[in-house]
Amino acid sequence: MHSNPSSMEQTAIAELNSTFISGATRTFQWRETQLKSLLRLLTEKEADCFHALYQDLGKSKLEAFKDEVGPLKKSIDYTLTHLKGWMSPKKAGINLLFFPAKGKTMPEPYGVVLVIAAWNLPLNLALEPLIGAIAAGNVVVLKPSELAPATSSLLAELIPQYLDIKAIKIVEGGVDVSQQLLQRKWDKIFYTGSARVGKIILAEAAKHLTPVALELGGKSPAIFDFQSLSSNVEVAVKRVASGKWGTLVGQACLAIDYLLVEEKFASALIDMLTKTIKKFYGESLNKFSRVASKRQLDRLQKLLKDPAVADNIVYGGSVDKDALILEPTILLNPPLDADVMTEEIFGPILPIITLNNISESIGFINSRPKPLVIYGFTNNKTLKRSILNGTSSGGVLFNDVLLHFLCDELPFGGVGSSGMGRYHGKYSFDTFSHEKAVLDAGYLVELEARYPPWNSFKMAFVRTAYKLDYIGLLLLLIGLKRYPKVHKD
Amino acid sequence: MMADEKQGVFDTSRAELLVKELREQFDSGKTKSYAWRVSQLKAILKMVDEREDEIVEALRKDLSKPKAEASMNEIYLLKSSCQCALKGLKKWMKPKRVIPSILALPSSSEIVSEPLGVVLVISAWNYPFLLSIDPVIGAIAAGNAVVLKPSEVAPVSSKLLADLLPQYVDNSAIGVVEGGKHETTVLLEQKWDKIFYTGNSRIGRIVMSAAAKHLTPVALELGGKCPAVVDSNVDLQVAARRIVAGKWACNNGQTCVDVDYVITTKNFAPKLIDALRVQLERFFGEDPLNSKDMSRIINLNHFTRLKKLLHEEGVSSKIVLGGHADEEQLKMAPTILLDPPEDSLVMKEEIFGPLLPIVTVDTVDDSFGLILSKPKPLAAYLFTNDKKLKKKFVDTISAGGVAINDTLLHLTVSGLPFGGVGESGIGAYHGKFSFDAFSHKKAVLYRCFFADIPIRYPPYSARKLSMFNAVTSLNLIGLIQAAIPCFKA
Repeated sequence: MHSNPSSMEQTAIAELNSTFISGATRTFQWRETQLKSLLRLLTEKEADCFHALYQDLGKSKLEAFKDEVGPLKKSIDYTLTHLKGWMSPKKAGINLLFFPAKGKTMPEPYGVVLVIAAWNLPLNLALEPLIGAIAAGNVVVLKPSELAPATSSLLAELIPQYLDIKAIKIVEGGVDVSQQLLQRKWDKIFYTGSARVGKIILAEAAKHLTPVALELGGKSPAIFDFQSLSSNVEVAVKRVASGKWGTLVGQACLAIDYLLVEEKFASALIDMLTKTIKKFYGESLNKFSRVASKRQLDRLQKLLKDPAVADNIVYGGSVDKDALILEPTILLNPPLDADVMTEEIFGPILPIITLNNISESIGFINSRPKPLVIYGFTNNKTLKRSILNGTSSGGVLFNDVLLHFLCDELPFGGVGSSGMGRYHGKYSFDTFSHEKAVLDAGYLVELEARYPPWNSFKMAFVRTAYKLDYIGLLLLLIGLKRYPKVHKD
Repeated sequence: MMADEKQGVFDTSRAELLVKELREQFDSGKTKSYAWRVSQLKAILKMVDEREDEIVEALRKDLSKPKAEASMNEIYLLKSSCQCALKGLKKWMKPKRVIPSILALPSSSEIVSEPLGVVLVISAWNYPFLLSIDPVIGAIAAGNAVVLKPSEVAPVSSKLLADLLPQYVDNSAIGVVEGGKHETTVLLEQKWDKIFYTGNSRIGRIVMSAAAKHLTPVALELGGKCPAVVDSNVDLQVAARRIVAGKWACNNGQTCVDVDYVITTKNFAPKLIDALRVQLERFFGEDPLNSKDMSRIINLNHFTRLKKLLHEEGVSSKIVLGGHADEEQLKMAPTILLDPPEDSLVMKEEIFGPLLPIVTVDTVDDSFGLILSKPKPLAAYLFTNDKKLKKKFVDTISAGGVAINDTLLHLTVSGLPFGGVGESGIGAYHGKFSFDAFSHKKAVLYRCFFADIPIRYPPYSARKLSMFNAVTSLNLIGLIQAAIPCFKA
């Protein structure tokens, strides 16, 4: 379904509404069928997916599999394994006082949900939330990013072939289409992208009291405790390099944005990093993934053109404008108020900031907005504890990069300006579910004391009951417990 | 910082200073310690215990709340809440170990609960102590610094809170700001790490819009029209008693989860009305307007609003019981309406008062369509002994919470989340859910340098791609097949 006119959209939303009301999406069978079909799509059309990702972003097959298709297949497998359990009600503990009442919580789908995806992982960031929305029994409108047009078209073509078109619809288009979609009332909105747009979405959602999940970004720092790493420092450097340039040359919300290291180790680190870059990518530019678009390249070049920053380039900086390639670039101590240190970089530029002591990294990070992830490269237990308890971020990884993205058991999401809400694994299911409280009381025990007209006995009864003092209650009932005449009887 | 109207107008600069001071306190780490949290919770418990009489008196002045209601629905619930938090806090604060993903092995993972920071709690007037302090208990338990803005519509309670809290808790991290629209607006302009609002959906939208500017997550405890469906297969007297208790013995209908309207069959309605009449007389006597067990309407504004609902054309002729009011005392008698017009205000707006419309349907199954045609309520009630009907109701009706054969009871169960969905709210609290509402759950992954796998680093090859494929789909044989030549690389 392509962008506009809005009457087509209205019909589509009406169809989604009636599908949801019919209850079709709430059965386990429907959800399982959809998820299995999605898995088939990713298997049968894998080559098409790779091709689209290559067209949009120049992604190699390995990167496309490692970062997009692979994690999606894993997520679907995990969801299929656990879905029945997730769907079943959970017993809640009820005090003896309420006997024989039974309490439980039951997950139920929100209803008609909107998923808006980002361009850098255009397949994964569209389908991963979709997995959660389907698993939770919702009907969905998915708007892929228009900045990855080949992937967007592919999804628009394939989703109707594999999934239930009465329940899952793709709407393609740009900002104007998003704005139009946001005018409607949704039962939930899931957005991946920038903080700037996140605010707009939240403001629109507020008009309808729509709950929102925002997967944003920020400047995710790496704290590099060179000294404590000792013999592990080489592997640590390799991981830093893959955490910066390994995923679409830094165009990922989880990429290392900047690095903190003690002054005395800076040149050794830079030396090791540059050697690693050459080992990974060779000397010529063409082994790197390209920057997503001319606009992005211009933005990144502008960050480097700042004279105060240009002076601090210690490696890289070369550009192939036609191929949209910016080589891995390392900056040493650019000014902290330069754009490259205040905006999310989302590219292959790595500022290294030196400190007198690595423990200063805590204060440095805390004086900035909360990031999506903090990477701590250290073997020092005290520093680990300081990072863990002394900072706040969506997540923390020690001694590696990006991996928590793959862990189904860990919630993936931000805090503060890096986002709200979380997903992956069961968290995807939860994020698209309302957890309904259900109490089934009985008629067996009728407590007179709960009802007016009030008197001192009832007061004493209720007071004792709230304390869960069952013996006291018994004594009260058989007249062996005294109580104050506090009420004007 | 406290009772700011004594020091002049609470303006933007005062609000900024307040937030700044609280943030400094939070950044010092003081509120994160278990000891601090316990001391504050104990202080609140002490306050509610020692000052019970003053609190009851304030509630009498603001709402003519009977002592029994004040004790049961505010004081005892608060004490329970404190005790629940004190009992569970150590366990809640502990990081939760999770199973590491095979893809991330060797590693260990955990989820760490951390406070959000500096939070704002905006309370309502109908349970001015409960709805102020209960969220504050959650905020403190989770380790935050907090500002409470009690409702100005219950001025005696607001003043008492502003006087009492500073005498018991740590003023430097827990503050009270009294005031109305101006003070609330000024507070909402600040950047908070979470806002918790209890009230109506109109203001809920305003709160969420203000929060959107700073990407602040919100919890909104709103209301709605909570229906009670009454089946003929029921213990009528007990059901009637519980409905009366859940409507008029709770602040005379001024409760977000009280029974707003009843649906029953045409045949059963007369019996139900009779039973309600009997129980009403039992509770409040023949002259409910002068019963000491009946709360008054909070103020003239709301009294006039309720009168307007009652005297709308086509509505007052539907009164089958009650209809009397005493404007001087702001008292309104329990009033039952039989089948008021569907498009009347009393059937469209949340009543929040002692008027109870009874809507009749042909069969009890017809009640479902009626409920589903309205916005999702905070609570939905069903009275029946029919197991199939119970199941259908629980499975079909979306609401914050559902209670069968009782009203309001689910609020008192700390094991059940209390919150709305759709128009009735976002988020939930009570018990551990309060702790969670004010926490960020941080994902933490610990990796080591042992067994570093070469395939994850560039340069990439077709063989590396096969290995990735095998690892992601947990295909052990495929992995071995691909791995052996690869380790030479």
